Formats: sequence, structure tokens, C-alpha cells
Amino acid sequence: MQRIGVFVCWCGTNIAGTVDVKAVAEALKNEPGVIVSTDYQYMCSQSGQQMIKDAIAEHKLTGIVVCSCSPRMHETTFRKTAASAGINPYMVEIANIREQCSWVHKDMPIGTEKAIILGKAAVAKVNLNAPLTPGESPVTKRALVIGGGIAGIQTALDIADAGFPVDIVEKKPTIGGKMAQLDKTFPTLDCAACILTPKMVDVAQNDKIRIFSYSEVTDVKGFVGNFDVTIRKHARYVKEDVCTGCGACIEKCPMKKVPNEFNLGMDNRTAIYIPFAQATPKVATIDPNYCNMLKNGKCGLCAKVCAAGAIDYTQKDEFIEEKYGAIVVATGFNPISMEKFDEYAYSQSKDVITSLEFERLTNAAGPTAGKLLRPSDGKHPHTIVFVQCVGSRCEACAEKGKEYCSKICCMYTAKHAMLTRDKYPDTDVYVFYIDVRTPGKNFDEFYRRAVEEYGVHYIKGMVGKVTPEGDKLKVQASDLLLNKQLHIDADLVVLAAAIEPDKSARPLATLLTASMDTNDFFTEAHPKLRPVESPTAGVFLSGACQGPKDIPETVSQAGAAASKVIGLLAKDKLTGNPCVAHSDEMMCNGCSSCERVCPYGAITYNDKEFRMPDRTTLIRRVASVNPAVCQGCGACTVACPSGAMDLHGFASSQIMAEVDAICK
Amino acid sequence: MSSKNERLRDEILKRSGVNPKKCMRCGKCSATCPAYDEMEYHPHQFVSMVENGDIEPLINSKGIYRCLSCFACVDRCPRGVEPAKLVEAVRLEVIRKQGANHLTADGVEAFLDGEIPQQAIVSALRKYSK
Repeated sequence: MQRIGVFVCWCGTNIAGTVDVKAVAEALKNEPGVIVSTDYQYMCSQSGQQMIKDAIAEHKLTGIVVCSCSPRMHETTFRKTAASAGINPYMVEIANIREQCSWVHKDMPIGTEKAIILGKAAVAKVNLNAPLTPGESPVTKRALVIGGGIAGIQTALDIADAGFPVDIVEKKPTIGGKMAQLDKTFPTLDCAACILTPKMVDVAQNDKIRIFSYSEVTDVKGFVGNFDVTIRKHARYVKEDVCTGCGACIEKCPMKKVPNEFNLGMDNRTAIYIPFAQATPKVATIDPNYCNMLKNGKCGLCAKVCAAGAIDYTQKDEFIEEKYGAIVVATGFNPISMEKFDEYAYSQSKDVITSLEFERLTNAAGPTAGKLLRPSDGKHPHTIVFVQCVGSRCEACAEKGKEYCSKICCMYTAKHAMLTRDKYPDTDVYVFYIDVRTPGKNFDEFYRRAVEEYGVHYIKGMVGKVTPEGDKLKVQASDLLLNKQLHIDADLVVLAAAIEPDKSARPLATLLTASMDTNDFFTEAHPKLRPVESPTAGVFLSGACQGPKDIPETVSQAGAAASKVIGLLAKDKLTGNPCVAHSDEMMCNGCSSCERVCPYGAITYNDKEFRMPDRTTLIRRVASVNPAVCQGCGACTVACPSGAMDLHGFASSQIMAEVDAICK
Repeated sequence: MSSKNERLRDEILKRSGVNPKKCMRCGKCSATCPAYDEMEYHPHQFVSMVENGDIEPLINSKGIYRCLSCFACVDRCPRGVEPAKLVEAVRLEVIRKQGANHLTADGVEAFLDGEIPQQAIVSALRKYSK
């Protein structure tokens, strides 16, 4: 029989406001094994912890029940308290009478009754607890960063700076991401390439960083500190280590009508291409969908002109297997499709463009060499209408837009409007807004400058309809402050499209067993206190894959994720979780049910020799669990038909004792 | 808000099924309305006036008959507020005030005979149970 101490916490009024804590302590006194039961205002405080330690010494306690907040909050605290008083930390159980009781009930008698029941269940479990000792696992001192935009680049640089090797996996032929496509950056208006390309060069030159471009993660196994990752390196039909990036192949390639995705299809590239001048790695890639040689074997010009002999039409996808201690997700975002917003005539007119397309139209390396010209006729637009919140804050049209605010549009639209007025003062610029949201250092000042110094017309209201008529775009909109409907003949309409997580994020989350919200943004372990960690141990989040973010925020989060990774990789060993599954070989019937349901690949089957009562031997196939890989999810214990699988710390007998205590 | 206004507002909201609190004041309904200049109260005003119980001016407004019921505002509203349904509900209020159609759903049964098409019975029940 255990000697159990029960400690009921008030949590100020958080618990004591709805639960009669004294009555709970009193009621639990009579439970089997309970030697002492008491209450205190803040059990987690130093004096509260001292109270537990004193009680352990005075009453020679062997088990502790703390009725308090969620174990996610203070389980570690109380385990440490117990350990420091000489009790095995796994002899502590938390009855969650806050989140699962006082916070969800208003009525004191009901809350009190439930708290008592939860306390009884915890006492019943502690009676069956056994001391557990966690194992240790080694840490592979290498990090994987998935995504090579500014988030991934910054994270990789920071990790490498601490001396750990990092691999970046980028699905495009070059790193750089969305930031490489931008022209200027708010609120300082420095050119995006001028501040991004030095970082790209740093990555390329850093001997701790390897770039796997044109590659994807296809499989992830293992657990924190010991991930086994398979990377698929797509065939680019160019030997990466031989190509000098001279561009002779691009000049000679006859297939010149391939939509250039870097310029969002506003101009063309060749079938063999380097996305942009500062691409890293500066290596050509052959697009197999357009290359004549790969499609029908007729051409081969690039191979003929390549002085380095880098072209290899027979190249195949390559699979690389590598071990990592930590994985950082930095898969970024994309603007949503505008095709469904018929009212803005995006599909009908070339002169209705998205803001990212506008970036390319004003970028010196873009399709118009930086001159702001209409995509339809190449003329200079004199009236430009910017529409904010296209698809953002769009609750009613889930199939069209997104419920959330995309956060970055107010600032980049102010930037576009300001730069247009600065470069082309003869242009009328209208911005239709619902709210202007510019929290951030020097952000609101920036927006006000667009209005006050650059004369951008900000109009509170929305555009309802855009109709192409002749070479004009008829814009029908509302001005809510003047209470008028406006009709503007515009030359160019720019839509601030909502942003969404990259499509690769969802399948990646499945591979990583990392959780996502309904919008496919990765969920953080805690929205305030653990913002760069995924709830899955060893998986970290960087940039817009976690939620809409601008560059300053992305860079800070990238650095934060890196510091978390460094903290992990700096350890030589990780203390594991002792609450893992174990199999009773005598009961195991070798059915493999547990192996099939195990999400971590922790269960293997081996043939084992058993000595039978009649002195013969029998070879049976039985399950065994690798405790270093097992995460203690318990799926196998449920799947096991013979009851051979059980979980340390959460044994079936313990769970049943809790259920009995609740139902008593 | 006076109790009369409150009663009127609740009646209009119940009848239309509209929740004006969802409105985020973007004005896309008024931006999209083809009858905008014909109406003294524009779709976006309709929503906030109903929310504030300001129904009398709407009842007395000629503009409610200018609404084409084209539902462009309903289609384009990013928050699913459906202003056109409020206009329809106010029109219904006028009709009922005139006393011409003083029926309840329970009263429909008394008019039933073999001649009335089924569709008419269904729509009468639907109309008067609002």
C-alpha cells in the first residue's frame, strides 16, 4: 500500500472561485492510502512546494497527488519537488481541477463534486504507480531546415553560426523564396535583393550548410534527436557540381516559350533555365515538361554548347538518407488563387493583377525591367486602384477566401502606392481598405507618409465590381465615409490577395506527425510561451508556415527557432520518457497488430525460443518495443488482442482503477 | 433602444435570419449594388440601421422597392451578412402592417380546399410561419 499525500491548490480564485477546495481536501482524506490531505493558495509557489517536501519527510509519503492545473503546466514542477524530497518523480499524479473543472463549471457544488471525483481517480492511480527511470538517447548533431526562403535561410545561418551542420531542403531549383521575388521591403524601402542575396551567398559559402535544391523530404522516421529522413533530389539533368552557371545553354535553348514562374507567368523563359541572376546554387535546371530532348529525343543543343559538359539527359531522381537531431519547418506561403473572385475580373483582364505580380512589374529583374507598364498593352497606367483584403477576413466564402487577416497586405499596399506616386507622380493611386492595420515599428508612420506626403487616395470602402471596357477597367466601389458609390476608370487594378500556407505543408505535417490548424498553418506548442516549437518534440517552426508574417517577424522567429535547435543539439544525450510500451512475451500471439498501428516504427517482431513445460522448446514470433523510439501514445495497447502490450505509467490496470474511482 | 424598436429589430432579424453583428463595415454590399443611387438607405446602412433598431425610417423609405433582389450583396459579402434579406424582411413588415395579409401559419389550414395547388400551400406556410 502506498502512503499518499494529497495537495489541493486554490490557484488564487482560478480554482477556489468555483471549487470548495477545503471540502475537496477533506473528502480525499478518506481515500485508500491517503495519509495526509491539505490545501494551499498556490501549490506551485516555493512555499507550496516546501509544504509538499515537508509532508513527504514527516509522513514518509511514497506517492503524491496534486489537485491543480493541467499537468502541461506544472507536472514537471511537482515531479522535481518530489524528486528533491527523495520520491521517484513518476510517483506524482496531477488531478486537473482547473482546466477540466473550475474553468468549465460555474456552479460551486457541481465543480466541487467533480474535483473530488478527479482527485479520487488520481489517488486510485497512484496506488498502482511504480517508480520509473527514464532512459537516454543520443543526439545527432545535425539540423534539417525544410524550405529555403528567408525563414529557412536565417534559421540555417544561425544554427551553422553555433557550429552545427545544417541541411536546407528546397523544392525549387534555388533558395531565396518569396523574398527573392520582391522589389522593395517596408518600412525602410531597401531593395529586397540587396538584403537577401548577401544571406544567400553566406549560405552557399558556409561550409556547415548543405543546400539540397530541387529536392523534397519524402520520408521521416525516428524521434527527437534521432530523425531518419529521406530526401528526394529531383533530376535537374544538369550535374550540379560541374555546371558553372555560365548561361550558354540558356542562350541556345530553342524552347523559349515556357511561362516563367519566377515572374509569375508574365514573361517566358527557356526549357533549361536559371530562375534569376543571384540564384543559389547558380546551376541550370532542365524543365522536363518542355525540353524537346527529354520529351522526344530531338535537340541536345544545350549539351553541345556546354563547355563544362554538365548536361546529363539520363539523370535520375536521387534518394538521400540522412540523420538529423532536429527539423525546422520553413515552408512559407503563397497568395491564394484569384480565379474565384469573378467580380474583380482577374481571369478576364491581364490588367487586373495580384500584388506579387505588381512586385515583379516594378522589379528591375522583372518582365518590364522595372518599368510599371500594363501587362495588356505595355502602356503606362495613369489610374491605379489597389484593393485590400481580397480573400482575407472572408468568413462567408470559405471556398473562395480565408477567414484570417493576412497581416502583410496593408503594409505592402502602402509601399506599392507610395513607390508608384514617387516614381510616377502623374499617376492617380486609390487604395480601398476595410481597416488599415499597421502595428509594427515605424509601420503606421509609413502608411501615413503614403497619404500625407505622397498623396495616395485612401478610401474606406470596398470595390464591388471591376468590368473591363475598351482599354479601361470600370471600377465600382463604395466610399463609406462620403456615403457614396464611386465609379473609377482605372488602367490597372491590383488585388491584395490573401496568403495561405504552401501546399506542401499538409503532407509534410503528416510525415512529421506535426499538428496543423484548420487553415493548414502549423500549430505551435504554446501560442505565447512556445511559439517556435511544434508540439511534436524536435520539430520547430520558422516563418509564415506558422501564420502570416512579414520579413522582420519572420527573421526574428527564424532566429528563435534556431536558438531552440541549438539548445537541443548542444545536448549530448536526451532524457527519454519512461512511460513507454512493453510487451509480455508469454502473452504475445505474434499477430503484428501493434506493429501496424505504431506511428513511430518502435515495434519489431523477432523469433524467440521458449522453453515449454514439457521440456521441449518452441520458437515463437513475439513483439518487442524499442523504448528509445516509443513515444508512449498507447495505440499498441489498444490494438493488442491478447493484452500483451501495456504502457509503463499508464497501465491498463491503472486506467481501469481510475475509471472505477470515477464511477464508484 | 426603445422597447418598440427592439421588438421591431428582433422581428426583422428573426424573419430574415440575418446576424448583423457579423458585418465588418467593409461596404462591399454598397460597392456592388446596382440600385445604389436609387436607394436613400444603402445596403451597408441597412445592416447597421437594423442592428440599431432604426427600422421605422426603413419602413417609410421608398428605396426598399428599388432593391432589385439581385442578391449581388449577398453573393459578395465576405462575412455572409446577406443585406438583401433584410430589405426583404422590411418589405414584409410593411405588408403585414397594412393588415392585408393578417394570417398566421395556423390559419392557413382554414383556406385549404382541393383546388389550391400544393406549391401555394407550402409557400403560404413558409411565408406566414416567418
